[in-house]
Amino acid sequence: MVHIPMAMPSPPQATTSERDLRLDLFRGVALWLIFLDHIPENIVNWFTIRNYGFSDATEIFIFISGYTAAFVYGRTMRERGFILSSARILRRAWQIYVAHIFLFTIFMAEIAYVAATFDNPLYAEEMKILDFLKQPDITISQALLLKFKPVNMDVLPLYIVLLLMFPPMLFLLLRAPNVALAGSAVVYALTWKLDWNLPAYPNGVWFFNPFAWQLLFVFGAWCALGGSHRLAGFLRSRIVLAAAIAYLVFAFAITLTWHFEALDRFVPTWLAEWMYPIDKTNLDVLRFAHFLALAVVTVRFIPRHWSGLKSAILQPAIRCGQHSLEIFCLGVFLAFAGQFIIAESSGGPLLQTAISALGIIVMIATANLISWYKGIEGRSLQSRVKSPDADLAGGEA
Amino acid sequence: MTFIIAVLTTIALINGAATAAPAEPAAQCDVPEWLMPADADFTHVSNEIKDRHRLDISVVGSGSSALSGPDGARFAYPAQLEQSLKERVPGLEIKVTAHVQSRQTTADMASGLQKILTEDQPALVIWQAGTVDALRGVEPEDFRTSLDQGIDTVTAAHADVIMMNMQHSPRTESMLGVSAYADVMRWVAEQHGVVLFDRLAIMRYWSDEGVFDLYAATKDYAMARRVHECIGRALASLIINAGHLDAGKIQTTH
Repeated sequence: MVHIPMAMPSPPQATTSERDLRLDLFRGVALWLIFLDHIPENIVNWFTIRNYGFSDATEIFIFISGYTAAFVYGRTMRERGFILSSARILRRAWQIYVAHIFLFTIFMAEIAYVAATFDNPLYAEEMKILDFLKQPDITISQALLLKFKPVNMDVLPLYIVLLLMFPPMLFLLLRAPNVALAGSAVVYALTWKLDWNLPAYPNGVWFFNPFAWQLLFVFGAWCALGGSHRLAGFLRSRIVLAAAIAYLVFAFAITLTWHFEALDRFVPTWLAEWMYPIDKTNLDVLRFAHFLALAVVTVRFIPRHWSGLKSAILQPAIRCGQHSLEIFCLGVFLAFAGQFIIAESSGGPLLQTAISALGIIVMIATANLISWYKGIEGRSLQSRVKSPDADLAGGEA
Repeated sequence: MTFIIAVLTTIALINGAATAAPAEPAAQCDVPEWLMPADADFTHVSNEIKDRHRLDISVVGSGSSALSGPDGARFAYPAQLEQSLKERVPGLEIKVTAHVQSRQTTADMASGLQKILTEDQPALVIWQAGTVDALRGVEPEDFRTSLDQGIDTVTAAHADVIMMNMQHSPRTESMLGVSAYADVMRWVAEQHGVVLFDRLAIMRYWSDEGVFDLYAATKDYAMARRVHECIGRALASLIINAGHLDAGKIQTTH
């Protein structure tokens, strides 16, 4: 490996080397929520945050992914240069691509099964979605190009694109973090203005527009590279806290009107016209603001060195968050499987609850298993190469 | 992993046994009040009844507004709606015309609306949309524009509008994402102040309540016909309430 040392000035407030367990905790929780949300017929969905505000687990996941990516690769870039860190970021993007294609294969198996076994004249129209099985050549090549993405398989392609654009962004973030963040905001604004997005197959555009969602990822990275220190005063302000809480209450009240049609009349027309649609594809400002408000409140009440982070109760979520790619993929797979079982047995709330709980238990068990494997590998590696933390963190950005 | 599969299967079987054999009498497919549009008021419908003692309704939709098979049209919800209205509001001349074509997107339907309005002169247009757009992956923003245009066209022709969203189809839910389109329809309905008949939520309610087993694989038309019958009846109730088709009042005017 060619190693080009680069004089990389440390930002004034460099990242601390200690891993912030809050990130792992919330990423773990976000992974559970994504799993639950991906089972459409699921009574447990009522507990996930998307029912209580504008943003959902995706925002948490993308923000924390940006934060950890900067945390891990920022250090690599500072210590070992642009080329090596870029190579590692691209390797990570490749791993995620492979994981995505693996999930796609499972999805195809499920679809093919449904196509072969399910028939009901009531759904003659909906069953046309299976027509793509008649053209596997096109479908599979479009999937390899990340243009054909089945329902709920949009997050990993977004993540891949975000990582592909990350090396130059990280380079800029390390030198002029505020310029980088402003640049990201400009791209976001232009995306809204000029309708940028990537094309999808058979038509349309990406469900998660990378040009819009990059703002959250870059913002996470900016926070990791000293931004959170710069924001400390802002975050301590009572006015900011009060505004954040007020906004969360407002968002909660609005989401209530989605679930209870009778409440809809209390939303003034001018507000509805201004507010709707709250666009997930382009990361609506209302969603972004909701995530920020959640973050402000969370950071306020759960300090970095909170003793609870070491408690046994939170370890399962933290473990899942530490192995996010594996657990994310597992979650998507379990959601497919769970949905399949629910459908096959026309399952009711009892089965839905059981499947949700079992799914999370499997995710936790797998995360522990991965930790155990990595522990073994780490020990055997340590004698040759000294990079135990890079294994844990570098593999999990 | 085998253990987990075994456990899941056991739970599935127990649970399946508990919820199996749901009764499917069409008579019991009531729609709770909270799933029906509140405060709907069809002024054009009540005016037409007052002035002309008749009610013309056009149904515009795609494949899920029709049924295949022998005599499909007779069992699909447009015909069921007409029958239900005739039964419940005797003495009123009622005509429901279905303009249903599979595979047509909302944009296709929006551009065809003017012709339908001229031909039928309806007081009410039931516009079923969303499924084909979800199938084709039409951009939600374009979908929204088509709905806006269509509703403006109908409103300009002095007719009331009922928008109808997709069917609840649990077996295709993981492949066919309809929620983004359903959201758009809700917002458009709100912005234009038109009624949204939330077929998606109503069918989900029937599925949850065990009224229909929407997961069932069958080649039989019986259940599909009952679902359409129930939708036709629910639409009739909505029109009777919002159009003030009080049966007594209409009979006295004759």
